Amino acid sequence: MEYLAWLLLLLPLLCAAAIQFGVKDSPAAAANLSVASVVGTFLIAVLLVFNSDFSSSFTWATAGTFTIQIGILGDQLAKGMMVVVTGVGMLVHIFSLGYMKDDEAKARYFGGLSIFMFSMTGIVLADNFIMMFIFWELVGFSSYLLIGHWFEKKSAAEAAKKAFLVNRIGDFGFMIGILMLWGILGQTFLFAEMEAPAKALPESQATIVGIAVLLIFCGAVGKSAQFPLHVWLPDAMEGPTPVSALIHAATMVAAGVYMLFRLQVAAGTSIFEGFAGTTIAWIGGITTLLAALMATQQDDIKRVLAYSTLSQLGYMVMAVGLAGEAGIEAGQAGMFHLYTHAWFKALLFLGSGAVIYACHHEQNMWKMGGLFRRMPKTTMTFAVGTLALMAAPPLSGFWSKELILAQALEHNPPLFWIGAGVAVLTPFYMMRLFVVAFLGKPRDHGAEKAKEVPPVMLVPLIILGVLAVVSAFSLIASSIVPDNDFHAHGFHPNMVFWISLGALLLGAGGGFLLYHGRSSDPLANNPLFKLFRNKFYLDELYLKLVGLFQDTVAMAVHFLDEFLINGMIVGGLARSTAGLGNIFRRLQSGNLQGYAILFGAGILLVIYLTVFAR
Amino acid sequence: MASLQEYLFVSGLLFAIGLAGVLVRRNIIVIFMCLELMLSAANLTLVAFSRFNTGPDGLPDYNGQVLVFFIITVAAAEVAVGLAIIVALYRARQTVDVEDLTSMRG
Amino acid sequence: MEGLFFYAFSGFAVIGALALVAFKNPVSSAMSMVASFLGLAALFISLNAYFVGIIQILVYAGAIMVLFVFIIMLLDLKAEERKTKYNPLFLVGGVFIPLVFLIQLCGILPHVPNAEPEPLHLKESARYFYDQEKEASKEEQSEIHKSLSKGDLPDVNLIGLTMFGHKGDNETIKTPGYNFPLQIVGVLLLVATVGVVALSLRKKTTGEPEPGDPDSRPEP
Repeated sequence: MEYLAWLLLLLPLLCAAAIQFGVKDSPAAAANLSVASVVGTFLIAVLLVFNSDFSSSFTWATAGTFTIQIGILGDQLAKGMMVVVTGVGMLVHIFSLGYMKDDEAKARYFGGLSIFMFSMTGIVLADNFIMMFIFWELVGFSSYLLIGHWFEKKSAAEAAKKAFLVNRIGDFGFMIGILMLWGILGQTFLFAEMEAPAKALPESQATIVGIAVLLIFCGAVGKSAQFPLHVWLPDAMEGPTPVSALIHAATMVAAGVYMLFRLQVAAGTSIFEGFAGTTIAWIGGITTLLAALMATQQDDIKRVLAYSTLSQLGYMVMAVGLAGEAGIEAGQAGMFHLYTHAWFKALLFLGSGAVIYACHHEQNMWKMGGLFRRMPKTTMTFAVGTLALMAAPPLSGFWSKELILAQALEHNPPLFWIGAGVAVLTPFYMMRLFVVAFLGKPRDHGAEKAKEVPPVMLVPLIILGVLAVVSAFSLIASSIVPDNDFHAHGFHPNMVFWISLGALLLGAGGGFLLYHGRSSDPLANNPLFKLFRNKFYLDELYLKLVGLFQDTVAMAVHFLDEFLINGMIVGGLARSTAGLGNIFRRLQSGNLQGYAILFGAGILLVIYLTVFAR
Repeated sequence: MASLQEYLFVSGLLFAIGLAGVLVRRNIIVIFMCLELMLSAANLTLVAFSRFNTGPDGLPDYNGQVLVFFIITVAAAEVAVGLAIIVALYRARQTVDVEDLTSMRG
Repeated sequence: MEGLFFYAFSGFAVIGALALVAFKNPVSSAMSMVASFLGLAALFISLNAYFVGIIQILVYAGAIMVLFVFIIMLLDLKAEERKTKYNPLFLVGGVFIPLVFLIQLCGILPHVPNAEPEPLHLKESARYFYDQEKEASKEEQSEIHKSLSKGDLPDVNLIGLTMFGHKGDNETIKTPGYNFPLQIVGVLLLVATVGVVALSLRKKTTGEPEPGDPDSRPEP
């Protein structure tokens, strides 16, 4: 089994290397190779799920007693996550064959996807924090490559840069957190060895443990785009749509949640107790609310989905944060939502990709409309995804969201009400998107001429549509989602159910009534909604803040550099040397007689000192 | 016969004249001649000391004269090399005036 | 009588030296230098250093002087022309420093015994050498002893004796001599010869001869 797992890890890397060094000049071969590799990894991942757990590692670097290991850990969590990653990855690869058919840099695109698959596999299978951090950065790197795929476009290049830099901010905290945790938990990076020291932690260390956990959470804030580092994700939609589906909806952004849950599984939820878990849960809650509000006023179809991703990630993080109070069940709820969300959000993104493809790369939903008639199959799958995201029972999104809300109600009622509010907003903006883009009449000639996408794009949509419906049922879920004792069969309607059902009807009905038959947004001029449209002016605020901070620091540094270092130390030395040199330069007249006179005077002095001055 | 003082004074006088020549003249060949004069003046000192320090055999101390012999030999070598340098210098710069040879000015 | 000669030749040497410094024409300077060196040679001879005096005339006034004059002729040097204004600082320094030097010399000279040299008693020296040689049980009388007995000063032999050293009783070395420095001086002369050749070599790779180069004048 270990060999298969190592193959699972290395296959995408080999594929990327082969594309980069071998078949870069033949895009079709690169695409086929990449797809073949991801199909292979998916088969391996499925095979692994039905086999026993495994682990294997080797020492990578040693310094004294300090060792860094590279190893893979295949417990149920990792194996299930692998199925999600490779499954979504496979479908996205296949979809890309159609979507990126005419792209000029197809080989580079598929090479980037393979690198991403390698990195993501590394995160999932990592058996220690250092290895996870390495692949964490590799994921950021491949994300940079893919967001900036169309780097000729200034906005794409800027977005790639922004994503990378914002992630770096979070990763800095992550790195410190890893090192702190290493010191706290018995000087080990290995997940397998964390449990015992975490249990034995004295009460007095609760604060430092909380700080370490929050610093590690910083990594998740960056990667999973939580408030206040969420700003990169909407911009990342500048990348190709399949990339958005794979990386910025289903897998990479979920890595933060996965990492936190991995830590909870390894070290127990006790280290999340107290302020650390509460902070994490509240940040998740704030993110989910803000993102849902911002999603209500976006016109770009992908941006709506991006903000809904943010919102759903907020749910997950909230659940993981609640684990500090509620125990591992809350984290499992988060992971369950991650798992169901991966399918239906990938479906939505690929569906939007199909729409964008059909409308000749038009992304503004107000220029679409009436697509239901022209591409009914795509619309059907999109509708399924929308319903899943709205958490309509009995689709997959419903079960996982229900679980999170139940945990929130039990352990943190204010967060439950935030979650319930978002449960109103989500159907509202999704209904807005669906009604505007797919119903009504075409409002632009791109939408008029749209026709059904080719099968290579349609088949992944249909598969994902099926999964969006059934993935929460225990038949599938129990073998993939770890230790999941929740199953749809044992469900009884309770208060949470009625509230979320009411929220769904309220949001969906409101959205349908408000936007049906409209050709422009009726809320666009409302000052409150203007605030949402402009994303609470957070980007501008950051720009100002960063600018101000940078200017201040730059001024201080400039002052130090210009006056202290350049003026006093370096310049002072240089000037005094130059000054002295200027003085002594006069002596170096180049005139032989001048030298001779000095020489003679010196001799006189020597004679005086040796003979007369004694 | 003259005393040691007188010989030493003449020697010093010649040395001083040579030094003055080195300091005031600008033709490098003349400077070089003045250097030779200073060397010879030093020789006179050595010979005078040699003559005025008679040994146990009642003869001058010939160690001094051997030193003079060495000095003359070295001076001959020095003149040969020095004049060759002056010729090379003249080829390169077309001058023997030390005031024109200031390319080492700082 | 001897004192008169001393002053005459001293004056000759000093005037020659002054003329060397004073003449503008380098050829005149060279000739003055010859005169000065002749005077110096006479002073050497008055100090019973005949060999050194002759060497002074042969090497300095002869060989070296010819070299100087040859080079002056070769470079076709004229009298100095005042192209630039003479820096008075150099003139002041050039007069002042030798003057101070002379004053310092006058300050030292009173400490030197102001006495006539002991006259050379060559016959007694001959006896001294005779004793020495008898101790060394040499059958034959040395050249030095013979000359000294005749009343001559064999200074060439004596310099040779000093330079190469000699052995006393039972092959013990009495004076070590200057054999090693002599070898070194020989090497120095060799190096000087090679150096002069190296300095005088013309670079073949350089293209056109520079103007004013005495060697580059067109062939008649």
